[in-house]
Formats: sequence, C-alpha cells, structure tokens
Amino acid sequence: MHFLYLVFIDPFVQMGMAPDLLAQTLWEGLVSGVLYALIALGFVLIYKASGVFNFAQGIMVVFAALTLVGLYAAGVPALLALALTVAVMFVLAVAIERLVLRPLVNRPDIILFMATFGLTYVLVGMGELVFGGDTKQMIAKQLYLPSGAIDLAMLGGRVTLQKLDIAAAIIASVMVAALAVVFQYTRIGRALRAVADSHRAALSVGISLNQIWVIVWFAAGIVALATGIMWGARSEVSFALEVVALKALPVLILGGFTSIPGAIVGGLIVGLSEKLFELYWGPLMGGGTEAWFAYVVALIVLLFRPHGLFGEVIIERI
Amino acid sequence: MTEAAGHVAAGETLLAVERISLRFGGVTALNDVSFDIRRGEIRAIIGPNGAGKTSMLNVINGFYHPQRGAIRFHGENLARMNPGFAARSGIARTFQNVALFRGMTTLDNLMAGRALKMKRGLFWQLLRHGPALDEEIAHRRVVEDIIDFLEIEAIRRVPVGRLPYGLQKRVELGRALAMEPELLLLDEPMTGMNLEEKEDMCRFILEVNSQFGTTIALIEHDMGVVMDLSSRVVVLDYGRKIADDVPDAVKQDPAVIAAYLGVAG
Repeated sequence: MHFLYLVFIDPFVQMGMAPDLLAQTLWEGLVSGVLYALIALGFVLIYKASGVFNFAQGIMVVFAALTLVGLYAAGVPALLALALTVAVMFVLAVAIERLVLRPLVNRPDIILFMATFGLTYVLVGMGELVFGGDTKQMIAKQLYLPSGAIDLAMLGGRVTLQKLDIAAAIIASVMVAALAVVFQYTRIGRALRAVADSHRAALSVGISLNQIWVIVWFAAGIVALATGIMWGARSEVSFALEVVALKALPVLILGGFTSIPGAIVGGLIVGLSEKLFELYWGPLMGGGTEAWFAYVVALIVLLFRPHGLFGEVIIERI
Repeated sequence: MTEAAGHVAAGETLLAVERISLRFGGVTALNDVSFDIRRGEIRAIIGPNGAGKTSMLNVINGFYHPQRGAIRFHGENLARMNPGFAARSGIARTFQNVALFRGMTTLDNLMAGRALKMKRGLFWQLLRHGPALDEEIAHRRVVEDIIDFLEIEAIRRVPVGRLPYGLQKRVELGRALAMEPELLLLDEPMTGMNLEEKEDMCRFILEVNSQFGTTIALIEHDMGVVMDLSSRVVVLDYGRKIADDVPDAVKQDPAVIAAYLGVAG
C-alpha cells in the first residue's frame, strides 16, 4: 500500500505543495524539449527527402560546433567564424551529395544507411585531425548569446530562467517554424516531398534530385550547427555531444519519422516527461532515470501507434 | 495550356529516334530501332510483352541511355536525353505502374508538375506575398483547369495513395498535363481499368490531343483502343521494329499477326 501511495499519490501531493518547483521543472523540460525537437528535425529533413536514416546527424552537430570553435581559436572573429562555418556545412552538403548519394542512387535504403555510418567515422576522424579531441568551450558570449539568469518570484517561491535557455528556446522555435513553413507551403518544399515519395516521378516532372539533396543536407547541417551552439553553450563542446543526438531516436519514434509537427511534439513530450519523472518518481528507483525514461515512453507509443503519433500510415493497396 | 496548334497527322517531325540500340549486359532490349513522331499526332507503340516498348519510352525521356543511335528533337541531334532536359524541353510522361507522390494530395501532385514553371525565390515564397503569391495563384488556376478537365474535383484534397487505381492513373495524367507538354508519353494508360474507366481515359487522350494540340506517344495492350486512338502504329517484337504504318495496315501485316499469335513465319 505504501508503495502504491508513493507512486500514485505522493508525487502529486508534492507538486501541489511546491508549485514553484513544478514550474521550474516544466520550464527546464520545455527547453530541453525544444532542443530535442531541433535535433530530431535534422533527422526528419533527411529522412523525408531521401528515405535515409542519417546516422551521421549526431556527429554533424559535433563537427559544426568544433568548426565554429576551432575557427575562433585560430583568430577568426566570432561572427565571421559563424558565417564560415555555415559555408563549411554547405561544402559538406555538396561533398556528401557528390561522393556518397550520387554514386549510390537507386540502391536499397540499407546501403545508404550504412554509408551514413561511414560518413560518421569520416567526420569523427576529420574533426579530431583538424581540431583535436580535447574539450572546448562554446564561444557563447562572443556570439552575443545572453548569460546569467532571471529570477521570477511566483507561486510562493522562486523560478529561475537561464537567459541562455530563453534564447535557445526562441531560436529553436523560429527555426522549427521556418522549416515547417518551407516544407508545407513553398515550391521547394513541394519538390522535397515529391522526391521523398518517388524519385522517378520527381525526375519526370523536371525536379533535380541532386539539387534537392544538397538543399536538404545543407538544411540539416544548419540545424546541426544551431544545435551544436545551443547545447555546447549549456555544457561544452566535445565528441560526447554526439550522444545527445541519440535522444532524438525516442523523439522520432514518438513523433513519426516523416512528420515535422511530430518531431516538435515528440521533442516536447520527451523533454517534459523525463524531467518530471526524474524529479518526482526518480527517487523511488534511486535516480538516474533521465538516461532511459524517454526510451520507455517511445516503447509504449510503439505498442499502440507503430507509425508514431504523427507519422504517415503506410497505405498499401493490394 | 498551349493553344491548339492545328491537328495535322501529316505534319513535320517533332521527335525521331534513329537506329537506337540498348543493351543491359547480354540482353538486347532494343535493336536498331528507328521511327518518328509527327507534331500533333497520336503515335502508338505496341508489341508483345518484353518487346522493348517501355525501354523505348525510357530512352526518349532519358531514363535509359542507348549504346548506339540518336534522338532528334526540335531538329537537334542528341546522342542521349536526360530526364531534366527532357522535362525542360516539353516532354512529360506517365508510368506503367503509376509513379505518384503518394503522400501528397491530388492538388499538390499537380502543383509539383508545375515545378519547372515556378521561378520566384524561396524568400518570396516564404512571405506568401507579392509576386510569389501572384505566381502561386496563376499556377493554381492552371492546375484547377486541369482538375476540371479530368473531372477529379472530388478528390482534390485526398492523398493519392488512398485512391483506387483508375483514379491514380488519371491524377498521373493530370500531373503530366500540368507541365503543359509538347510531347506526352503515356505508358499503358488503361491497364487495370474497367471498361467505363477505359472509355473515359480514351476521351481524355483524344481531347488533350485535339484541344491542346499535344503530340502523344502511347504504349497500349488493348488493340481496340490502339486502333481507335492512334494515327500511326509502330510494332516492336524482341527489341526490333517489325512494322510501322497506319492502324488498318498494321492489323493486316502477317509479321505482326505472327508476333502476336506466335505463328511461325
């Protein structure tokens, strides 16, 4: 009985007793949720346009952040370094299209998936070779990202909002919204969806696959750069950042691999639920639940909605 | 839609394939095939299964590159086509097993057919304002006309993956028409259709040809359809051309009868 009380009653009593703590947790969950959504978006973009799960997305986050920090360390002014990093991500997209996607066109998806594994190791090696494997600080201040915190007196207590988190949430929200609009309402968005559905039909109406692939990988690179800056500023820039990208997996399972709104909602659900669970139910199991809770949520969703909450149900007429 | 260019069966040559040979490894799909398509006509390509009909269409719009031969289009001599160039120069096509953008609605499928005609940059499109909006509206109008013409108003907002096969074929024709093609390649436009759907499709093909002056090359198995629709018929068998004439003459040709019925000689 006591255990049931601890699981089903006590957490809610605690929430009621200390609403300021609840608000603080919800805020933190929201911020990491938005960032998860941003990472997941990188995967969704590429999956939609080329049907490939891009295993290299995580390392692209690290690579982008490393390039930015590395350029700054080499004496390039911060904003110029940012512009140069964007250029590097564009060159990377063109190179991937030329050297990986184009030679493998019309091969089974699993081959392309394996190719993204290869890409991961190329990027890891290149990153270490050029910038070294040591941990670095993100140049948050030089990029005019705010630091410090705002204390709000509310709900009979204090809620602390990190200014950096606010900036991250705003930037991520704007990027997510912009990408959603591009995909849904523009000619290029329509072309992207067309390529995702059928390569030969897209070719027959004059859509250039090569051009679309470059656009998509470049967009994913920009998303990776934004994620790298934000996440790097909250902790530090190292190859361990790649692991953060793994969190996108449960987000994608929740939201569905093909859905941009799904990536957003999935990200928020994962961010919020893992923070709440850790705080209120975590002590029951000795803590450390954040590492696995998202996967449990994803597993439960898989049981009931195999295509995710928003994924396209695959329709086959037989 | 392009204005009716005058329906002349004996017009100038729009496209000609000359001595095309296409091999896949040891298999010869096309062997020294030549024929022409004249402006404004409906040209049929027929033949038994595996005769190389679809390969021929794939050569014309650049999906396959022949080892030998040339394609003459608009008086230009090309060793090979490529799909992008074909689309830009006014060749549209449909596919034997329907290749649609299954997750997209009928409307978006047709709008995708306008991809090459829309010029405004991403920036303006994002604003959904000014010139880009005007452009979107203008293209939308063309697409709505095609939807009216094909009588598919009721399924404008339906993702095409959910449609029955006959309607999917019609949407695919619509997407090709949205490109306002000069030459329309149809790969078995009536397969898998019931009699009523076939009659509808025949009517659409004839109207596209007569109203818009679009030149059409089609592959079809249904002999009745071919004889009714086409002005001239080319017959392929095992990758070779065995006949090329008006429908009535082809019907009498002993080589054609032998190829279809398997009679020796």
